[in-house]
Amino acid sequence: MSSPAPKSPEQSDKNKKYDRQIRLWGEHGQNVLEGAKICLINANGIGCETLKSLVLPGIGVFTIVDGSVVTEEDLGVNFFLDSSSLGQSKAAACMMLLQELNPDVNGDCVEESVDYLLVNRPSFFDDFDVVVASNLNEESLLRLSNCLWEANVPLLYCRSLGFFGSIRLQIKEHCVIETHPDNPQFDLRLEQPFPSLKKHFESTQITNKVPWLLVLNKYLDQWRQENNGKIPSNYREKLQLKEMIRKGITNDEENFEEAMKAVNTAFGGGHITSSLKAIFEDDACNNLNKQSKSFWIMAKALKDFVVQENNGMLPLPGILPDMTADTESYINLQNIYRHQAMQDADSVYRRTQTILKELGLSPDTIDEKTVRLFCKEAAHLTVIRGSKISDEYERNNRFLNEVDIELQGTLTEHYVALRAYERFLTECGNIPGDCYVENDTARLKTVAYKMLADLGATQATLSDDMVHEICHYGGAEVHTISAFLGGIAAQEAIKIITSQFKPVDNTFIYNGITSETTTLKL
Amino acid sequence: MSSTMSPASTNSLNSKRWHSMRHILERAGPFCKADFAPSPDNLEFLQNTCKILVIGAGGLGCELLKDLALMGFGDIHVIDMDTIELSNLNRQFLFRRNDIGSSKAECAANFINKRIPTCHVTPHCAKIQDFDESFYQQFHIIVCGLDSIVARRWINGMLISSLRYNEEDGSVDPSSITPMIDGGTEGFKGNARVILPGLTACIECTLDLFPPQVNYPLCTIANTPRLPEHCIEYVKIIQWDKENPFNCSLDGDDPQHIAWVYERALERATQYNITGVTYRLVQGVIKHIIPAVASTNAVIAAACATEVFKLATSCYDSMCNYMNFNDIDGIYTYTYAAEKSENCLACSNIPQVVNIEDPNTTTLEDLIKILCENPRFQMKQPGITTVIDGKNKTLYMSTVKSIEERTRANLTQSLGELGLKDGQQINVADQTSPNTIVLQLKYNGNEVEMD
Repeated sequence: MSSPAPKSPEQSDKNKKYDRQIRLWGEHGQNVLEGAKICLINANGIGCETLKSLVLPGIGVFTIVDGSVVTEEDLGVNFFLDSSSLGQSKAAACMMLLQELNPDVNGDCVEESVDYLLVNRPSFFDDFDVVVASNLNEESLLRLSNCLWEANVPLLYCRSLGFFGSIRLQIKEHCVIETHPDNPQFDLRLEQPFPSLKKHFESTQITNKVPWLLVLNKYLDQWRQENNGKIPSNYREKLQLKEMIRKGITNDEENFEEAMKAVNTAFGGGHITSSLKAIFEDDACNNLNKQSKSFWIMAKALKDFVVQENNGMLPLPGILPDMTADTESYINLQNIYRHQAMQDADSVYRRTQTILKELGLSPDTIDEKTVRLFCKEAAHLTVIRGSKISDEYERNNRFLNEVDIELQGTLTEHYVALRAYERFLTECGNIPGDCYVENDTARLKTVAYKMLADLGATQATLSDDMVHEICHYGGAEVHTISAFLGGIAAQEAIKIITSQFKPVDNTFIYNGITSETTTLKL
Repeated sequence: MSSTMSPASTNSLNSKRWHSMRHILERAGPFCKADFAPSPDNLEFLQNTCKILVIGAGGLGCELLKDLALMGFGDIHVIDMDTIELSNLNRQFLFRRNDIGSSKAECAANFINKRIPTCHVTPHCAKIQDFDESFYQQFHIIVCGLDSIVARRWINGMLISSLRYNEEDGSVDPSSITPMIDGGTEGFKGNARVILPGLTACIECTLDLFPPQVNYPLCTIANTPRLPEHCIEYVKIIQWDKENPFNCSLDGDDPQHIAWVYERALERATQYNITGVTYRLVQGVIKHIIPAVASTNAVIAAACATEVFKLATSCYDSMCNYMNFNDIDGIYTYTYAAEKSENCLACSNIPQVVNIEDPNTTTLEDLIKILCENPRFQMKQPGITTVIDGKNKTLYMSTVKSIEERTRANLTQSLGELGLKDGQQINVADQTSPNTIVLQLKYNGNEVEMD
């Protein structure tokens, strides 16, 4: 009888509580999240919904900036208020009810407006990992945008009005190692087998027990001999190769069937992708200094390895998909891939150490484990270089190309309309349509027209219906629209904090009437 | 059980709390639906008349209740049979540590009722199968935040069985339709859809949208394991029963059980040189854990609640009709019109055909296999009856022990031997539907050999 008292890795309480999300971003992602400092500007519905989806997964600290007091109107759109908070500081009331969601998280509040902080304490925002703001007037938004761009603090700016909304990410530079692609391409090197794999191919007899990779290799060799050493690249050639494998089947061999299926996906891995090429050509990669991020130091080491040592091929990720086979032949093959991946990563690691030495940095700035991960993910490395929100307001900016089109009926029109709404707030001082829909519709139209002209637009116009729709909302915040956008904004913040997954680049627009969305790069 | 809720008075409808909602409900806009009538009556309807059922008080359910309450709905029921666990707290935001072990439905209802006084949530700590048609018919709209495909199919079947058809042209009587809004999430992916039973694509019409369940072949698990999962499945399926370490069946919630499986799986993996068996993976495989995060649940529930609001108030057209969401790489959504299937098992309103190659070689067991494995049917434990020579005959039923024993011998008989003719109607009962489903056998090949 076996003893049911094993010394298993008993999970910590936090580990259990956050289990369902640790399965997505790992314990290392969770650790980073637990140290994150978030600032929320304006405790309205969309802001508090964003914060809710950050407090629940366990960020470190949040600070709410809001100088207003709670009114009855607020109770209708914000879940993190109740009647006992009427007349009190909104920042304090929301902080209490949000913090109550998760005792692991610390809340703080500043009972001042963002305008006050920007003027009197401009360095206030410097220490945050992400600032989330929403529904500002144009003037405040531009000031905040400039301040955070200077301070190099990422800003997520959200709009929620009626059934429309948007999220704009302002970030200078964002580097991602772990993008977690949905359907990553295999990287098997069948076209150019590395020496140990080649040896394995030559020394292994093809039976119905070996992984399909060996079957495919055998027939690939045969096909290449008949085709001047080429790799089947188009549909017709791949079909020929499949046919060849089919003819080899004598008795329903499962690995042959799998080899035929794999013809479409097995080739093409290991090359430099266009985004990786851009990373290799980036100034940050080629002009390293003491302040360079680890990402760029590793990128340079990777580039040198690829160019100088590996004939333009990436380091092997060393991941073998599952293949029907007997245990031994599968595990043997898996070990060959893993071993080569380890060797490649070791080489990149040595290059990293050399660079660190040249820069006069400590060798433990970058550890071996990180380099291995970097090499494994090499094909998917991502760098986002963002733009400043306030630049969108400059004449003849890149924004103009997106806008100065047949604008009506596009989701971009919604974005322009939301921006016109913000300019209206600054210029007219009241909420369009709050009291007089028709009057304000005419005024908003003028504001929008002038805004487009200021940008240099010659074709773009807003439809009357769009202007009217915006005005008839009268500034209404619809909770479900805010909840939708808040959930998304929170996830974008988590992406930025953990440096995992790809954040939006850089403007997301939502029409809740039709349930349509789009992303623009502004 | 009597509800003593007093309807919201005119006074409370005028409360400034509704400032935003009233702009939406009392003003005409250029994009509003043609038959939308802006009026204070809309809010009055949401507060006092409209009755919504939320199925599930988990990740989506908590969000749905909050969303609907803030959108002005005053009378919501929620069904959930589960109790609260520690691992729920990263997203099911109406629950706290002290609530662990309590009913999700009750806890969620209490929280909403306390926080939002304009809404009254009635909890039901029960299974959906505990209620009959009359219960479901009291609701204007039903919203599902479920993690079970079987439960979705069951409720879908229930709403379809309530449909009435126009005798002259066979069209659906619109007054018999209860709209169903369905949300689902997995990690960073999710979907939201609007179903008008009988009119638009239902759950069964699009069964193929659900990812197939991963099943490892038994021979791989037993003889040629390659993945850590194979080793874990081996301990779960074979070793546990053989060694019976705790004299009971495997309980994924018992840490001692998981620890035992972990140890044994690790041993097996080491023996085969397989790496990657971790405690978390063992838990995931044993309990079929689906990763979940607050943000995706918030997004999908909000999309569903927006659609409930549109349907209840007629302010805008419903989205058409299926939205996919994924925010792994940027933010991706895709909304499209899922199509109603003419061959739908649930909503086509005509008996569907099962094609049989050869009735003389196809056994009853084969037929059951078809019903379980064919993507159109995907049943779990179908029980089959039919009428032969005017008499009811139970061909097989696994769910009742005595009947199972009596009918087991039929499994190895061919359809021909059982006296089933080409065109024969069989009645199939399964947990995926509240109703018996009528299917028609269609023989493609040989006629039944007569002896």
